[in-house]
Amino acid sequence: MQTLTIKNLTAEVDGKQILNGINLEINTGEIHALMGPNGSGKSTLSNVLAGHPDYTVTGGTISLNGEDLLEMSVSKRSLAGLFLAFQQPMEVPGLTIGKYLKRIVELRLAEGERMNVSAFIKDLKSNLDTVGLSHDFINRYLNEGFSGGEKKRMELIQMMMLEPSFAILDEIDSGLDIDALKTVATGVNKLKGGDFGALIITHYQRIMENIKPDFVHILYQGRIVKSGGRDLVDMLEAKGYGWVREEFNIPEEADEYQRTIAS
Amino acid sequence: MSISAQLPLEDYEHGYYFPDQSVFKTKKGLDESVVRAISARKNEPEWMLNYRLKAYQTFLKKDFPNWGADIGDIDFDEIYYYAKPVDKQQRSWDDVPDDIKETFDRIGIPEAEKKFLAGVGAQYDSEVVYHSLKEEISKQGVIFCDPETAVREHPEIVKKYFGTIIPHTDNKFAALNSAVWSGGSFVYVPKGVHVDIPLQAYFRINSENFGQFERTLIIAEEGSFVHYIEGCTAPVYTTDSLHSAVVEIIAKEGARVRYSTIQNWSGDIYNLVTKRAFAYKNATVEWVDGNIGSKRTMKYPSVFLKEPGAHGEILSIAYSGFNQEQDTGGKVVHLADDTTSVITSKSISKDGGISTYRGLIKVADGVKNAKSRVTCDALIIDDKSVSNTFPYMEVTSDDAVLEHEASVSKISEDQLFYLMSRGLDEESASTMIVNGFLDPLVKELPMEYAVELNRLIELEMEKSIG
Repeated sequence: MQTLTIKNLTAEVDGKQILNGINLEINTGEIHALMGPNGSGKSTLSNVLAGHPDYTVTGGTISLNGEDLLEMSVSKRSLAGLFLAFQQPMEVPGLTIGKYLKRIVELRLAEGERMNVSAFIKDLKSNLDTVGLSHDFINRYLNEGFSGGEKKRMELIQMMMLEPSFAILDEIDSGLDIDALKTVATGVNKLKGGDFGALIITHYQRIMENIKPDFVHILYQGRIVKSGGRDLVDMLEAKGYGWVREEFNIPEEADEYQRTIAS
Repeated sequence: MSISAQLPLEDYEHGYYFPDQSVFKTKKGLDESVVRAISARKNEPEWMLNYRLKAYQTFLKKDFPNWGADIGDIDFDEIYYYAKPVDKQQRSWDDVPDDIKETFDRIGIPEAEKKFLAGVGAQYDSEVVYHSLKEEISKQGVIFCDPETAVREHPEIVKKYFGTIIPHTDNKFAALNSAVWSGGSFVYVPKGVHVDIPLQAYFRINSENFGQFERTLIIAEEGSFVHYIEGCTAPVYTTDSLHSAVVEIIAKEGARVRYSTIQNWSGDIYNLVTKRAFAYKNATVEWVDGNIGSKRTMKYPSVFLKEPGAHGEILSIAYSGFNQEQDTGGKVVHLADDTTSVITSKSISKDGGISTYRGLIKVADGVKNAKSRVTCDALIIDDKSVSNTFPYMEVTSDDAVLEHEASVSKISEDQLFYLMSRGLDEESASTMIVNGFLDPLVKELPMEYAVELNRLIELEMEKSIG
């Protein structure tokens, strides 16, 4: 079993403190959902985990199997088994998906090990089928001209090909219709198992119908204010984030969150 | 044709040199006696000597271009204009002197020749030291030799075309080349003959303070096809050298000529080349022009579309790194109805390098149904580097469709972060972005050269980041 541990994490971006002391432990074999309204710090947490240079950690620790993650470079974190599915994946014109995936899969081979290219292609095609993308995508340029839904599916393809120990899925469900949501869930469920843990970051409940999380956490103003099981999702469904504010005595400043949830 | 696997990856992998063992060298600097000495060494007929002398007078009269890259510090008195490396040209690599053979082995020419070339010419300083053409190609009447041999053995063809596409009066450097030219290629493809695999010429400068002035003439008769490839490298010295070539192409009715260059000169070479083609009825001429090396390059391959249905295509790839300026592009002149052209330029600027696209589309008065498309994309890697675009259009016809698109992009932090978050280090991530930027163009190259170009770009990226 592997463990990703976040302790008392505080972080800022552009000089503004966003995370105010996050505590979270994820083991492989577990699916965690982190829910929270816009502006609660969800994306900041995913960027800090992946090591984006614009985000500064001001306190606390993150460790991956006891090793200090914050000491690792961006690429080293990835090679250590951490994966971030981007909320807004970047386009790289001219870089074909086949060539790109082959390269990043090769990075994970043991020294002296040679890639089995035909097995790689078979895997890739099967994964494309799983998320509902045609095999033509192998020769397309990475994310260039993709629809929002295609970009999200391509994030999942990368995740499935790299088989990380921990995946952070940053709003993988935003901008997707119900059918697309189902295929995305199928992709995540394909990896679900003893060697894989995930943190699904979202502000919608509906993805939880397809990916059943083991733990649910509510993030509010840079803190995890409540953790529990799946019943928390139902509670949010019924009562909205306003209930969180009232229950935890948080000053009113977030009417827009209510509207987001209601819509 | 990669050799880098065996060599340490230094700044410029072809920067080594061997001691100058020329069998004959003209004195330093240029005057009429130097021109006469070159001609005498070659036992030329008088008409060629006279042409050289006339061109030398033109060279003296012509000014430097008052535009383009800064080339004002070229010192014509400090250059050797002719160095003959060997007594005799060879048809077998075994007979080429060891130093010279090793140079070409390192570049990978004999290996490439075995694998995918129909013929090879290898020039070392002023002379072509090795030349070969596959027997089945020569049996079809194709001529591929150095121009000196052509002057001796095919004077009627040379006289008919030499200097007709680029007269010595064209510009100062064309005049200089016309006066002191030595080496290069002569290609003649008879009517209807398709040379399916490429011919290649390789140009190597070994001497210091040297000027290489090769001269190439390609004649493709009606309905024929040929692909000619040139490659260039030189040692790294502390002083500058000059490479000033002239390339003339004639594509007759229905012929197609493709001319590909991968220029990887060392960082002390002034590379000032004039390249021009005439395309007749329904003929196609394509220039693929890759400029990676040199200190300053000024080069604008051009196509004159002389008769209806002619098509010209120019693909220009430029990389400018530290202390480099690539002033490149292309020129197409539409002189007849129903002519079409495409110019595509991709440039990369890094470590203070300057990349300039300079191009001209001209449509002559009264020409009907001319179409042209120009696309220029520039990638700037850092804040020190520069990209310029000068797309000139001269159109007097009212029946012409001209499109022009230009874009300048920068590698963004977010793009790098995205790729690095998949496990790539910064260098590999930016190389992937750069190679992706070039990919649509690189696809146009034969596979081996596409690989070579990608590898060169990777080396350039390594040397600046690492």
